[in-house]
Amino acid sequence: MLAYANPGRFLRIARRLTPWTLGAAVLLLGVGLSLALFVAPPDYQQGEAARIMYVHVPAAWMALFVYVCMVAASVVAFVWKHPLADIAAKASAPIGAVFTGLALATGMLWGQPMWGTWWVWDARLTSVLILFFLYLGYIVLWGAIEEPTRAARAARILALIGAVNIPIIHFSVEWWNTLHQGATVFRLDGPTLSTSMLVPLLVMALAYNIFYAAVLLLRMRMEVSRRRLRTIRLGLEPALA
Amino acid sequence: MSDWATFFAMGGYAQFVWPAYALSIAALTALAWASWRQMKRAERLVKLTDDPAPKP
Repeated sequence: MLAYANPGRFLRIARRLTPWTLGAAVLLLGVGLSLALFVAPPDYQQGEAARIMYVHVPAAWMALFVYVCMVAASVVAFVWKHPLADIAAKASAPIGAVFTGLALATGMLWGQPMWGTWWVWDARLTSVLILFFLYLGYIVLWGAIEEPTRAARAARILALIGAVNIPIIHFSVEWWNTLHQGATVFRLDGPTLSTSMLVPLLVMALAYNIFYAAVLLLRMRMEVSRRRLRTIRLGLEPALA
Repeated sequence: MSDWATFFAMGGYAQFVWPAYALSIAALTALAWASWRQMKRAERLVKLTDDPAPKP
C-alpha cells in the first residue's frame, strides 16, 4: 500500500485511472438519474416530491463520507508524515463542501413542500450547516498560510477537531427531537425503504462515490503539480517529482 | 394532459423537484469541469517550467 504513496507512482496510476473513473461516474449518474425520474414509484404520502430523495440523500451521505476520508487522511499525515495524505485531505475539501451545499439546498427544496418551511434550526440541519462551515474554514485555512508544511499542520488539527461533529450529525435524529426524519437505510434492523426506491438510491450513491474518486484524482494531480512547480521555482530539491 | 406534461408537472411539485435535480447536475458538472481545467493548467505549467525551450 505504501508503495502507491510515492508521488511519481501515484501520478502514473492517477493518469491511467482518470478517464475510467470519469467515464464510470458519468455512466452511473445517467443510469441513476433515469431510474430516479422514470422508474422509481412516487411515494404514497409525499407523491412526486419524494424524488428529491435521490439527489438529497446521496449528497448528505457524501458530505459525511468525504469528511471521514479527510480525517483519515489527516491521521495518516500526522502519523506517517506523508505529503500525499495531506494532498488527499486538501483535495477532498472542495468536493465535500459541494456535496454538503447540495444536501442543504436540496433539503430546503424538499422541506418547503413537506414541512411548510425552507429551514428549521433543528439538530440535524444545524449540525450539517456547521459541517458546511467546517469545510469552508478548512479551505480558507489552507489558503491563508503560504508555507505548505505549516498550512498542512494547521489543517490537520482543524480536520480532527471537526470530526466531533460527524457522530453528532449521524445520531442527531435519535438524540434530539428533530423535524428531520430518522434513518431509513442504515438501520440495525435493515432498510425500511421498498426495493423499487432503494435500488435507484443506491445507484445514485454509487455514482456520487465514483464521482468523488474521479474528482479527487483530478484535484490530487493538480495539487502534486502545484507543489512541484513551487519546488522548481524556489530552486529547492524536487521533493515531489 | 399528455404523458410528458404529467411527467414535468411532477404531481404539482415541479417547482421543487426540478430545481433540486438541476442544481445537483450543475454543481457537480461545474466542480468536475473546474477541477479538470485547474489540473491541466498546473500540469502544463510544470512541463513548461521543467523544459522551457522544448526542441521543435
